[in-house]
Amino acid sequence: MSSPNSPMVGIVDLCKRYTKGKETITIFNGLNLAIPRGDFVAMMGPSGSGKTTLLNLLGGIDRSDTGEIEVASERLDRLSESELSRWRASHIGFIFQFYNLMPMLTAAQNVELPLLLTRLGRKERRQRVETALGVVGLADRVKHYPKEMSGGQQQRVAIARAIVSDPALLLCDEPTGDLDRDTADEILSILQVLNRDLGKTIVMVTHDPAAARYAKRSLHLDKGNFIEKELAA
Amino acid sequence: MNDLVLIRKNLFRRKLRAILMMVSILIAFAIFAVLASFERAFNAGQDRATPDRLVVLNKINFTQPLPISYYNRVAAVDGVAQINHFSWFGGYYQEPRNFVAAFAVDPENWMKLRDSDFVFSPEIRAAFIRERTGVLVGARMMEKWGWKIGDHIPISSNIWSQKNGSHAWDFTIIGSFTARIPQADTNVMVMSYDYFNETRSFGKDLISWLALRTTSVAANERVTNAIDGMFANSPYETRTDSEKAFSKAFAAQLGNIALIVELVVGAAFVTILMIVGNTMVMTVRERTREIGVLKTLGFSGGRILRMVLGESILLALLGGLPGLGVALLLIARVRDSLMSFVPTLSLYPDIVAAAVGLMVVFGIITGLVPALNAMRLNIVTALGRN
Ligand SMILES: Nc1ncnc2c1ncn2[C@@H]1O[C@H](COP(=O)(O)OP(=O)(O)OP(=O)(O)O)[C@@H](O)[C@H]1O
Ligand SMILES: [Mg+2]
Repeated sequence: MSSPNSPMVGIVDLCKRYTKGKETITIFNGLNLAIPRGDFVAMMGPSGSGKTTLLNLLGGIDRSDTGEIEVASERLDRLSESELSRWRASHIGFIFQFYNLMPMLTAAQNVELPLLLTRLGRKERRQRVETALGVVGLADRVKHYPKEMSGGQQQRVAIARAIVSDPALLLCDEPTGDLDRDTADEILSILQVLNRDLGKTIVMVTHDPAAARYAKRSLHLDKGNFIEKELAA
Repeated sequence: MNDLVLIRKNLFRRKLRAILMMVSILIAFAIFAVLASFERAFNAGQDRATPDRLVVLNKINFTQPLPISYYNRVAAVDGVAQINHFSWFGGYYQEPRNFVAAFAVDPENWMKLRDSDFVFSPEIRAAFIRERTGVLVGARMMEKWGWKIGDHIPISSNIWSQKNGSHAWDFTIIGSFTARIPQADTNVMVMSYDYFNETRSFGKDLISWLALRTTSVAANERVTNAIDGMFANSPYETRTDSEKAFSKAFAAQLGNIALIVELVVGAAFVTILMIVGNTMVMTVRERTREIGVLKTLGFSGGRILRMVLGESILLALLGGLPGLGVALLLIARVRDSLMSFVPTLSLYPDIVAAAVGLMVVFGIITGLVPALNAMRLNIVTALGRN
């Protein structure tokens, strides 16, 4: 295992292919990438360029074919499914475009879900949930169900769920793709706060250049390779 | 919140669907419990009948009497270990439809015979032998009519009248007894034969039947032949038979019914099993995406398998347990009216235990396929394309 000073993400010579019937689609062929701790990266690129696939690989919900992939000091290509599952619970927070909340659970219960995988007691769990909902400014919506909330509010609940177990890395796949400009700005500001004040490393896929401006830098993925562009913060 | 809350919330996500499934499971288990109880009650008589017990009846049919003198003569037959005589009172309480199972017996002998079935306290034992006008009433009969010890109760007979011409006897309850084993029915009243015989206006010195125990099963045939031979060509010819033979003949008639019943219950079960299983598969498939999200959060495949199985087992229990409640009510309702056919009809604890076990099995069977599907679900596929 590497030192805590190692980058959050280190990818060396990564290959990823999909086989559909007789056809094989190569998404990545020898990809290299390093993301330092505390970074906020906007990942852009045309549809089908492999952005979601890369996020899935970083989050350990998809597997590479060859190459090294190290995230939060763990070589994901060496972990078993169940090890990956346990690793995800403590190191990764996912934020999706369509929020993906459980419709039958309240905001607080949705946020509490990841904590069911910890040893925390009921009281401590409630405290953490309150804190997480406080961070996203939804302390007053604890008992609301997803269908009683706007898209922006639901995404904030999803962010609270992603940060409640205090992971080091947040992976966001078009988190504002379904939201209007103002609401998107609110969400992006929250992500910025999480990065700046709470030290979360964030990788965010987006199609929206305005959204990308909230990040420290942006990476452009095209045909399975990166073209980096530094952005003025 | 814990996994159970999650399971419950998942189950009741579509209330109507959950309730419809529960109702069908409820019906299946109510039918199961009622029929299992009936089967048990029918078989109880047969199981209880011990092979060394014989019954001596009038050869014409069992409603015809035998002289009391047979009691001593049969008792003297070689191979007879113990003997009792019974006289059917044909009683009712207040109205003819309030049937009361009452017999006139020899108190001391009868208590000796039924000691393995009933609990007689020493005081009651002594009182019943001493007080000839008193009757003993079983606990269930006491409860049924709300009687207490010391009560004077008028019992009418649709056979016998007293010397004063009245069909109503006034009996004093001098004691009660409880069942020692669950199959023993305490809905019964016994009176002293001596008193009954002195008081009735006709049929003097006649009894209804003799019940005896042989020294060994091997002696049965010899004893049977000796008794029936002894009374051949007399005004009261006898037919001696084993208790078991009676019960067997009775049970054989029921055997076919039992088979049909089992087929019907089995068919109902399989149908409901398939409907619920199919619904569970659909329910879980609808949740594919959510299961993908749970896995993304770090829920393991095993945990998700347990959650789906937990849901189907919970469903089976939530439908099945009220089904047992319904069965209990049904049995309580019909018990009194079927008293004379199936005296020991009851929802026994082991039937309840078997039903609960069956519910768990039912839950596992209906949940297994969707649970395995959910466990094996690939996250990337489940999340689909955003
Ligand atoms: N499970 C799969 N099976 C086969 N091919 C797949 C699978 N998942 C992704 N692909 C292919 O991999 C390529 C990259 O997909 P990916 O979802 O990563 O693109 P993306 O950059 O996120 O696109 P978008 O901007 O539209 O979300 C696409 O060509 C897609 O068809
Ligand atoms: Mg994508």
